[in-house]
Amino acid sequence: MPILETRKLTHIYSQGTPFEHLALDQVDLSVEQGEYLAIIGRTGSGKSTMIQHLNGLLKPTSGEVLFEGEDLWSTKERTRQVRFQVGLVFQYPEYQLFEETVYKDISFGPKNMGLDEDEIDRRVRRSAQFVGLDAELLDKSPFELSGGQKRRVAIAGVIAMEPKVLILDEPTAGLDPAGSAQILENIRTYHKEQNASIILVSHSMDEVAREAQRLVVFRDGTTPFSGAPAEVFTHGEELEAMGLGVPAMTRLFTRLRAMGVDISTPVYTVPQAREAILAALREKGAM
Amino acid sequence: MALKDITMGQYFPGSSPIHRLDPRAKLVALLCYIVALFLAKWFVTYAIVLGALVLVVVLSTVKPKALLRGMKPVVFLLIFTGLLNMFYTPGRTLVSFWVFTITYEGVLHAFFMVVRILMLISCTFLLTYTTSPLALTDGLESLLSPLKKLKVPVHELAMMMSIALRFIPTLIEETDKIMSAQRARGADFDSGNLIQKAKALIPLLVPLFISAFRRADELATAMECRCYHGGTGRTRMNKLSFRPADGVFMALALALAVGVGILAHAGL
Amino acid sequence: MSDPIIKTEQLTFRYTTEEGVAPVVLDGLNIAIEAGSFVAVLGHNGSGKSTLAKHMNAILLPSGGKVYVAGMDTADEDLLLDIRRQVGMVFQNPDNQIVASVVEDDVAFGPENLGVPSAEIRRRVDEALAQVGMTAYTRHAPHLLSGGQKQRIAIAGVLAIEPRCIVLDEPTAMLDPVGRREVLDTVRRLNREKGITVVLITHHMDEAAQADRVIVMNDGHVASDGKPADIFCDVEGLRSLGLEVPEPVALMHELRQTGLDLPLSVLTVEECAAALYPILTNH
Repeated sequence: MPILETRKLTHIYSQGTPFEHLALDQVDLSVEQGEYLAIIGRTGSGKSTMIQHLNGLLKPTSGEVLFEGEDLWSTKERTRQVRFQVGLVFQYPEYQLFEETVYKDISFGPKNMGLDEDEIDRRVRRSAQFVGLDAELLDKSPFELSGGQKRRVAIAGVIAMEPKVLILDEPTAGLDPAGSAQILENIRTYHKEQNASIILVSHSMDEVAREAQRLVVFRDGTTPFSGAPAEVFTHGEELEAMGLGVPAMTRLFTRLRAMGVDISTPVYTVPQAREAILAALREKGAM
Repeated sequence: MALKDITMGQYFPGSSPIHRLDPRAKLVALLCYIVALFLAKWFVTYAIVLGALVLVVVLSTVKPKALLRGMKPVVFLLIFTGLLNMFYTPGRTLVSFWVFTITYEGVLHAFFMVVRILMLISCTFLLTYTTSPLALTDGLESLLSPLKKLKVPVHELAMMMSIALRFIPTLIEETDKIMSAQRARGADFDSGNLIQKAKALIPLLVPLFISAFRRADELATAMECRCYHGGTGRTRMNKLSFRPADGVFMALALALAVGVGILAHAGL
Repeated sequence: MSDPIIKTEQLTFRYTTEEGVAPVVLDGLNIAIEAGSFVAVLGHNGSGKSTLAKHMNAILLPSGGKVYVAGMDTADEDLLLDIRRQVGMVFQNPDNQIVASVVEDDVAFGPENLGVPSAEIRRRVDEALAQVGMTAYTRHAPHLLSGGQKQRIAIAGVLAIEPRCIVLDEPTAMLDPVGRREVLDTVRRLNREKGITVVLITHHMDEAAQADRVIVMNDGHVASDGKPADIFCDVEGLRSLGLEVPEPVALMHELRQTGLDLPLSVLTVEECAAALYPILTNH
């Protein structure tokens, strides 16, 4: 049974006004326990609307959202409980920090869950560790930190709820390469150690190609392609037309094949490209 | 209803005769109209102000539906005012039950009151629907410019107003977003007593204020980069130009106010 | 060669705090930006690149040293408007630099401040919107546009001032790939066709690769400065500064580690394929 599932999920914004807008059109999506999934699509393709349904922040216009096989909207209490199980990190999450200290801010979620002091303390420290925040930062004001540190505090605030599914909307937007790499590493750690499901929302093809096991492409409120990265990247032209493109390494090998080089293995990251080229050279006896 | 569905105070671009009027003419006319509205007393005078409103709505090509939608937030106020007037106006008794008495005068009073509020809101909305925020602030700035001699910072006030109008949609969107983000961490904005509710707003208000200050700071820098240095020596792309039609419109509005005043004085 | 449009001499900057001791953000920089060039500035967060940008049109003034814009000392208050007429700025967050509620009114804001006659403003606004390909949106409300469109409006707002140089501080950081391409194509076109000097501050290596010249900043110093192909050859050096290289360069670097003789100066997929083709077919 998938841990999270949508069935014919449809969402219409401002229904009945001149601003009516169909954001999701009968979308079926399922997420397995422990899976690392990426959602890609342009701004306005419906991906943000989708993730807000996955933890009950938006109510479907029609269709349903199931968590562990049960409707998320069956009771008010269930909706609230699922919110703690499906952690959602918004875009630019550092803009939601509000407490006097980093410690208090991270403990906001666990407190709302009604946990006892010891458990809250354990979780705050553990999640701070997950995102690589030094213990002495916990007593500082979050507003004194650097941009990258603030972002990690905000992520820790969601991780502290120890959700079974962690959803992140463009967690690396606006960060420099080192900052991005660190956040992606933190997410991988959480994925492995908690056996949690991860949903990474991104518009960087290179990023999702490196990180995720499965990709779902959003376009105009539908999901035209999904599957393993190699599979999805075979739709190069369509992705290009959507303004998404394929990773640089995939383009490189498409080009090499067009020039007559015979390498059939799917390639979308630099290490894969390196291996594919070395393998081809070995085959020729050149190495 | 999501916050972003609010249409109050929005501008609907268009090129109707009303859209094309000089904002100063519209502001003055609005003032005259409101005076007429408060002078109106009985059926004849009410019918005249209503007729004038209908005429302007038709000319403006604003859909009556759009006007009505703007009324939604004040429905409660209308019902409240109506009931209050109905029950608390002394006069000839129509119906009476328990401690309540509905009088003939009360019903009429309530009716006139509700109609007056509806027309007041409609004419104000009509102004914002047909006048871009910039034209509106330009108009205000121009009308108030004599006050500059009294050292009133008219340009600065107008600039503040137009920036405030520009940022309303942005801040509404931001409020929506922060609320969702805090809800995702289990914040509850809806339940609890008044004190709990007020406390629950802290996680919303603190980030909102910080963000507003950050935006203000960045906007100020961006404005400086674009050579903003106060109102002195500033020119405008669309200079306000007073045309004959504007004069006619204002004269009609003034005539309406005077006429209604005279008729109301005569008890009509 | 013409005089540089922007020149810094021993530019030093530190923020003044109440305690008095603040770390140096810029430390004795000597940079000259040639008129008509397209320069990218790279560096990790906190390397001083945004602070440098803010010195280029007197938003910040040096704590030590000098900055000259078209020969004018930015510390001279009387020249402030003349300096900002020469160098326009576009910032990261498109929402926080749009002043008006209608696109054309926003674009008109700059020339209005400069006291340009109405008819001339009209002409400049129409031309600026045409140059960024946003003529169809003249009467639209900016908050309903996409990020890339908003950023192009911001660029048009700067163009209407008719500057000789535009400094863009991470203009694509908040945009999706389509928005990024829109903005970058616009900037490159303005540089090529109108000869406007462009200083682009960015985190995206592929954007920097399109410039004529790349300046890498680190801890308030210039770490390296040169043509993109040369700058990106120093893979290890860039990584030690918390930066990356474009993927084709990264691949070449990996392959060279195994002893293959491949060039590092391949910035695009096409160049990379051309370099790999001989070794994959000749043997």
